[in-house]
Amino acid sequence: MEQEPILQVENLHTHFFTKSGVVKAVDGVSFDIKPGETLGIVGESGSGKSITAMSIMRLIKDPPGKIVDGRVLFKGENLLEKSKKEMRSIRGNQISMVFQDPMTSLNPVFTVEKQMVETIQTHRKVSKKEAIDRAVELLDLVGIPSARSRLKSYPHEFSGGMRQRVMIALALSCDPEVLIADEPTTALDVTIQAQILELLERLQKELGMAIVMITHDLGVVAEVCDRVMVMYAGKPVEFSEVTELFDHPKHPYTWGLMSSIPQIKNRQDRLEAISGLPPDLRDLPQGCSFAPRCKHAMDKCHEVDPAFREHIPAHHVRCLLYEEKEEVTT
Amino acid sequence: MLNYIIRRLVMLIPVLLGVSILTFSMIHMIPGDPARSMLGTKANEKALTELREELGLNDPYLVQYGKFLGDLAQGDLGTSFKTKAPVSDELESRLPATIELTLFAMAIAMVVGVLAGVISAVKQYSWFDNLSMTGALFGVSIPIFWLGLMMIWLFSVKLGWLPASGRLSSGVEIEAITHFYLLDSILTLNWSGFADVFKHLLMPGVALATIPMAIIALMTRSSMLEVMNQDYIRTADAKGLATYLVVFQHALKNAFLPVLTVIGLQFGFLLGGAVLTETIFSWPGIGRFVLQSILARDYPVVQSTILVIAVIFVFVNLITDILYKYIDPRISLD
Repeated sequence: MEQEPILQVENLHTHFFTKSGVVKAVDGVSFDIKPGETLGIVGESGSGKSITAMSIMRLIKDPPGKIVDGRVLFKGENLLEKSKKEMRSIRGNQISMVFQDPMTSLNPVFTVEKQMVETIQTHRKVSKKEAIDRAVELLDLVGIPSARSRLKSYPHEFSGGMRQRVMIALALSCDPEVLIADEPTTALDVTIQAQILELLERLQKELGMAIVMITHDLGVVAEVCDRVMVMYAGKPVEFSEVTELFDHPKHPYTWGLMSSIPQIKNRQDRLEAISGLPPDLRDLPQGCSFAPRCKHAMDKCHEVDPAFREHIPAHHVRCLLYEEKEEVTT
Repeated sequence: MLNYIIRRLVMLIPVLLGVSILTFSMIHMIPGDPARSMLGTKANEKALTELREELGLNDPYLVQYGKFLGDLAQGDLGTSFKTKAPVSDELESRLPATIELTLFAMAIAMVVGVLAGVISAVKQYSWFDNLSMTGALFGVSIPIFWLGLMMIWLFSVKLGWLPASGRLSSGVEIEAITHFYLLDSILTLNWSGFADVFKHLLMPGVALATIPMAIIALMTRSSMLEVMNQDYIRTADAKGLATYLVVFQHALKNAFLPVLTVIGLQFGFLLGGAVLTETIFSWPGIGRFVLQSILARDYPVVQSTILVIAVIFVFVNLITDILYKYIDPRISLD
């Protein structure tokens, strides 16, 4: 039986109103995620993936940022219509977040205990002792040895990997139904990266939460995600099952991302990079945003912005190459 | 921690030696003669010579300095030329007067300054931010003596609300236990006395608080603005914490370190005797006392009082350094 999605993002637009113009950081993003599923969001820096996550959490600083359009449905209710207070009771409770840099994401002047207990007590009516017991349980869960004694430690007394485990424990404090992981392994050593990914996979199996995995690393996507959305310049350009994406990538930008992964089998002197730079989000080119960097761009690509379409079942692409073939008129 | 405190206290010795040499040489370098300032310009030469001999002013400088140090080592701060009273007696009520005024002023400066700084940072570019930052700019630029005189003119002369000078109205008695009159009046349950002391403290306290308050507000604002953009503040928001917890706990504790440095320094300066404020409001504290003693060339008073001020300054700094450790666990004192 098909499960109901727990989180649906529909046509999300988050813009930043700066002195030098409107930055369309997120410009029409839609996706959904079901309980227990892992959805990957991939893209370069500035493609809007983190802003998408922050928009779901309603953590965009206003001013200059503003969610100008769209809906974020969590269990059928639109989060964008919630009051600040209602949002606070959801954040860290039903939807929680793990950030990129564990070195700076924990408050350096408070003990881990204080940071965990305050989260638990914000959302649960429990005594301090019960909250401490819960914190110990969580640190055990994320694999921090001698958890009870480590509670009294400050963040700087942990290594980077351990801090990210603490961050994950913190995010799991109140059994969230959705965990948004914003580049959770980017700042870590490769060996630690693998450990953290394994940890997230194990926790998901045990706790059954949905994970939105934001990353620029296709390796991470291949390892943990069920479905994946590729973003470029604030827009989704391709969206499909992860095996489908790796086996049959459709969008030229996805091709570019794939060929810039080093391969041990056919060593090259130079990796193939996508030429050019991402466009200025204040002043997007006419037509397809990726056209100026696209090897396959046609004249039309500079004029018409392609629609995001399901060209084959469960595989969306935003590219005119496929429109041509199907001869769809827009 | 104890080791650190002991080490700092041992370091006090060379500091005080240096201060004593500096004050001794400076006070002797200023032209002027204690004997003449005591006996007046019309005194005859013989009386002057006798007095100089009696005060030990004819001894070589090294001998005079040696005697000063020797007495000091025995806990004797010397005897005032002018009043013939031991300096320690003179300081007994004056030091608490200055400390009381300083604590009062710093309490105002810290509460108002930190609060204004935090709100200005959280509501950056709001009307409150603009107003308080303009106020702070005025605060650092207004000459204290002018502000003091204006306050006296308005609140004492025109409105008659507050007393213009001193620590107590005549006729009001407070049993001196600690010489901190606010504290003494509470200890003796003397509520009318408390109200009188409080009224006397208000104007000099506010005048003295102006500059530190402005500096603290500016510092708190800029430090808070920096901290509010840190990742851990985003984490605190993402945890669903209430805004006041995010601002006053997570952000302020991190932003407080540079503010604490300013508070410590200002505290030291004010304790060193707020000469201008004490003079304008005829506050019987050490600032005015040192000034009068310098004018009278009362060498023992100047030397010893400045030494006492130096000790206080060092202690305030020591306390500040220990508080750093308390606020930021990453700081190691050893």
